Amino acid sequence: MAALSEEVLLVVKRVRQRKQDGTLYLMTERIAWGPEGKDRFTVSHLYADIRCQKISPDGKSKIQLQLVLHTGESTTFHFANESTALKDRDAAKDLLQQLLPKFKKKANKQLEEKNKMLQEDPVLFQLYKDLVVSQVISAEEFWASRLKLSSVEHSLSNNSKQEVGISAAFLADIRPQTDGCNGLKYNLTSDIIESIFKTYPAVKQKYAENVPHNLTEKEFWTRFFQSHYFHRDRINTGQQDIFSECAKQDEKGLKSMVVQGVKNPMVDLLSLEDKTLDEGYGSLTVGPNSSKTVKENSNSAIIKRFNHHSAMVLAAGLRKVDAPSDQASETSSTDGNSRDSDFFQPPIKKVKLQEAIEYEDLQNGSGPKTIALNLKKSDRYSHGPVPLQSHHYSTSQDIINSVNCIQEEISCYKPCLTRVMPSSAASSAITALSPGGLLMQAGTQQAVSQLVPTDVQSELKHLYTAAGELLRHFWSCFPVNTPFLEEKVVKMRSNLERFQSTKLRPFQEKIQREYLSTNLTSHLDEMIQAAYNKFHAWQTRRMARKT
Amino acid sequence: MKLNIEGLLVYFPYDYIYPEQYSYMLELKRTLDAKGHGVLEMPSGTGKTISLLSLIVAYQKAYPLEVTKLIYCSRTVPEIEKVVEELRKLMEFYTKETGEKNNFLALALSSRKNLCIHPEVSSLRFGKEVDGKCHSLTASYIRAQHHSNPSQPVCRFYEEFDAVGRQVPIPSGIYNLDDLKDFGRKKGWCPYYLARYSILHANIVVYSYHYLLDPKIADLVSKELAKKSVVVFDEAHNIDNVCIDSMSVNITRRTLDRCQTNVDTLQNTIQRIKETDAAKLREEYRRLVEGLKEANVARETDIYLSNPVLPDEVLQEAIPGSIRTAEHFVGFLKRFLEYLKARLRIHHVVQESSPQFLKDIYEKVCIDRKPLRFCAERLRSLLRTLEIADIADFSPITLISHFATLVSTYSKGFTIIIEPFEDKTPTIANPVLHFSCMDPSIAIKPVFERFQSVVITSGTLSPLDIYPRILDFRPVTMASFTMTLARTCLCPLIVGRGNDQVAMSSKFETREDFAVIRNYGNLLLEMSAIVPDGIVAFFTSYVYMENIVASWYEQGILENIQRNKLIFIETPDAAETSMALEKYQEACENGRGAILLSVARGKVSEGIDFVHHFGRAVIMFGVPYVYTQSRILKARLEYLRDQFQIRENDFLTFDAMRHAAQCVGRAIRGKTDYGLMIFADKRYARADKRGKLPRWIQEHISDGSLNLTIDETVQLSKHFLRQMAQPFRREDQLGLSLLTLEQLQSEEMLEKISQIAQQA
Repeated sequence: MAALSEEVLLVVKRVRQRKQDGTLYLMTERIAWGPEGKDRFTVSHLYADIRCQKISPDGKSKIQLQLVLHTGESTTFHFANESTALKDRDAAKDLLQQLLPKFKKKANKQLEEKNKMLQEDPVLFQLYKDLVVSQVISAEEFWASRLKLSSVEHSLSNNSKQEVGISAAFLADIRPQTDGCNGLKYNLTSDIIESIFKTYPAVKQKYAENVPHNLTEKEFWTRFFQSHYFHRDRINTGQQDIFSECAKQDEKGLKSMVVQGVKNPMVDLLSLEDKTLDEGYGSLTVGPNSSKTVKENSNSAIIKRFNHHSAMVLAAGLRKVDAPSDQASETSSTDGNSRDSDFFQPPIKKVKLQEAIEYEDLQNGSGPKTIALNLKKSDRYSHGPVPLQSHHYSTSQDIINSVNCIQEEISCYKPCLTRVMPSSAASSAITALSPGGLLMQAGTQQAVSQLVPTDVQSELKHLYTAAGELLRHFWSCFPVNTPFLEEKVVKMRSNLERFQSTKLRPFQEKIQREYLSTNLTSHLDEMIQAAYNKFHAWQTRRMARKT
Repeated sequence: MKLNIEGLLVYFPYDYIYPEQYSYMLELKRTLDAKGHGVLEMPSGTGKTISLLSLIVAYQKAYPLEVTKLIYCSRTVPEIEKVVEELRKLMEFYTKETGEKNNFLALALSSRKNLCIHPEVSSLRFGKEVDGKCHSLTASYIRAQHHSNPSQPVCRFYEEFDAVGRQVPIPSGIYNLDDLKDFGRKKGWCPYYLARYSILHANIVVYSYHYLLDPKIADLVSKELAKKSVVVFDEAHNIDNVCIDSMSVNITRRTLDRCQTNVDTLQNTIQRIKETDAAKLREEYRRLVEGLKEANVARETDIYLSNPVLPDEVLQEAIPGSIRTAEHFVGFLKRFLEYLKARLRIHHVVQESSPQFLKDIYEKVCIDRKPLRFCAERLRSLLRTLEIADIADFSPITLISHFATLVSTYSKGFTIIIEPFEDKTPTIANPVLHFSCMDPSIAIKPVFERFQSVVITSGTLSPLDIYPRILDFRPVTMASFTMTLARTCLCPLIVGRGNDQVAMSSKFETREDFAVIRNYGNLLLEMSAIVPDGIVAFFTSYVYMENIVASWYEQGILENIQRNKLIFIETPDAAETSMALEKYQEACENGRGAILLSVARGKVSEGIDFVHHFGRAVIMFGVPYVYTQSRILKARLEYLRDQFQIRENDFLTFDAMRHAAQCVGRAIRGKTDYGLMIFADKRYARADKRGKLPRWIQEHISDGSLNLTIDETVQLSKHFLRQMAQPFRREDQLGLSLLTLEQLQSEEMLEKISQIAQQA
């Protein structure tokens, strides 16, 4: 039915499968085969499911194409049209060759991921065995909810994967070559372009502004290499140059970096000197050197440029890592109590000073280095989490006071035993607590781990996880507000029933055979019963609504 | 551990000790016992500071009447703070071992910029602004005005300190700059004045050289420090330049122009006051007639106006009549100013001595020597009387008055050079009058005379005998200590040739040579490929570095280097360089590796350490000779030759080598550290150069590493680095370069230790 909307890319007639003549269809997402004269496909494989295709050797009489699936199954098509068999097969093969890699990546990735998850998590693997292999639920259903979970984790772990930095010499790699006729040729790869963008965001911005509205990409880069921005040792940037603005922006960036100053006081040259000599004292004159030649100016521009370039390259490599930590520090400062955290974090200066005076070899090992506990709210640390009340916040003093208060009250507390409880309640409590009483039975069950053999225990454990998984699927359908969920909930109920009949019942019987308390599975039964009840309630309501 | 240093019980806050530390303490103790001065050279990174502190503190505790105070002078603010932290460690150890509460008071003193807690004042960025603003809130007359007119703003921290801070001494303990600030905040007292007041009774004071060597400051801050003090100058390899700088003055035409404005302002103010409050001027006059000195208390906050000459040179008489009245004095200043202006209108270089200058000024404008000597004193009095709020505006006139007082006080050891233009730009008139001190012993003399023991120490003081000569004192101990090493963690190599056999040298004739520049570039390129993490390269001067960087850029060498490491370059702008430095460290930290191109004698070479991976190799391109064509230098060399019998070349080489040693020494900061030291100039191979390197570097220069090509250097470096990269454990060092207490006490070891110190 869905096939109607699919685009058919290739149709090959007279293809045999299992000695039956038929037609092979290659569509955008799957390959299908239908027997001659029938209106439906008996074979249909998504491209994503196909691991590889195999063809028969050229010399062979039978011209065949075999598809091997990820599950290990395979399907063989025999091209039977004598005159064009080879051509047909090759056409199909070529098309498959183009199509398969597109899907392969996705499929492989998912498959690998699933495999990995199963290998890493024995509980999951057991669950998989219990539910999928025993065909309680289908594999898709099993993975449907799993993968979503994992994809979140996955993306997270993907993020923390190390970024590849930028080579400092990326501009050196585009050494111009003369093309022999008074021109220069620059070799520019996408890597280099990315490096340029990463290092100089200003150029990226220009690129976004101008390409392709005003300039073609080629023109853009030609101008880039022609511009004074690139050849920074020349001082006066022309006004027409679209990159002159970039140069200015860079200048500004450099300045702001300089103004920001340095975090590490040990390298701050400005505050190095305690008492600078007043102007006019000293043996060397360092007056304003206005008489700089153009050459000297351009030299110092080169130096500036190198510093800036290196800083930008460094920053480009670190930018990704920095971003989250910046955010973290921002949130920490907004949640109040920042003074508190200040107090606990040793200032960078102290740390650096301590580092500077440390002689590691003179000291006996002072134990492994520990990470300082960084408390945002010390109060909370010593009291544990307290529900946050906007107007009433008990300080430690309050708590100490109240503890004292209670102690005092307890010390002068005199029980008035006659008024504690009515006699009837007291006597029933006594009966319940005497041997054979209601509450004393629990004592025998405590040793359940000794009473039940370990294999039964582990089986029970598996049953619990399996039932839990199924119930999770079941309950996740509520509230049932889409047809899809409706369908699923019905299916889940039948799954549950099937689970009960194929797994739980035999287990219960087994326990009975071994004369163990049936109590063991009562909780499982209860859980499943609760699900049934819910389903029942939902169904009656639905029926009521329908009628 | 507890040590026995010739009968003195010394607490040493570590479990192990380097043999040279023990030896150092022995020498130091002998110096203190003899109540004399000492010159001690010990490699950086061998725990010089902690040895010094341990011994002197122990000495103070054992003989509290013999040594009452330790004055520890260091060069930079981070150094000062490091010393105090080491001291804190020592004191904590004392408390732990003896169980007694420590009753020592130790504190750091720094400028207002680092100590001010006034919200408005401390937010200013430059030290000068902070000083000026502070002055405008705390000057004695401002506070007097505040009494009559409460709306006049004053600094509440100073007021609070002045009211109660002096009665109760600051509780004993160790106060770093930040601790002082915290304490000040808690009490509401000004930390700066608290510190200045507390150094009088502190057991240990840590501050910068200037507080002792610059007469303008020393007179105010350090005047009343007890004679029975031990003074330590750490990182003292440059001490002569500090002395000279503090007493030299440069006057440009711009200074004179601004002076003119100052004089006009003064005149107007006097006029105004005369109309409104003539009594004030009369009062001043009366005071001057009687020769009254201002009360010390009032002077405390008036730091700007101190006398530039040494205390014993200040005349203890009344100010001469010719400049007693305010108008007369302003007239006198005007005449002096006009004279200076006339002197700057010249077309050729003039060099003369102080007596010649005084003779000339007497002949031309009839200014006598005596009123000139009182010029600084008189100006101070006038500015106070006129209640000038913003003293910073008057710095040009203050400078001129200081010049007047200096030139008329000292007839020897100074020279006056008037240059009509800079050497590089003979067409642009930019006349400068240099009044330069040539004799560093003038400024430091009172220190040697006043305090019973002065110890000069650094990692690089070679050759040791030159310091006593140029500073003119007689030490009782002079010793140079080597660094005992379990593994040779420093590798000095002298590269003399490129692979093309062209000699590498930064000497004047060949420095612009294309081949030399290229070879230097190749050396850096090759090293950047084999050295992990950080490389620091030093050039002989900023201009030279600029030129080389430009030609490397054109030759594409820099781009090739960039394939291996990031490049950062020192610039004349301190803020920019700081940023480059931080980025450099960041790049070393995250494993990218970087190269820092820097300048010998620059701020980086003097104040920044490149420990461990921040500096695995230092390359010294060329011999960092000072610019020899400067007339000031020539005059100084002449003076050194005539007065101290030091040959020009000896001094120049000494100066160049101490800076080279400083640069390469930056990379080694301890025995667990390691680094290559590459001297890229064939002149280093000569005995006269090599012999002036510190002993601890010299020892490791073998004959095989004297005139290497780049390829050979790379081979040796590779080998060295591979060796150093092996794990290095304590056991490897123990007994050789690291001792336990038991090992230290063995006869055999004591024998060995006695050889560590080489007496000069």
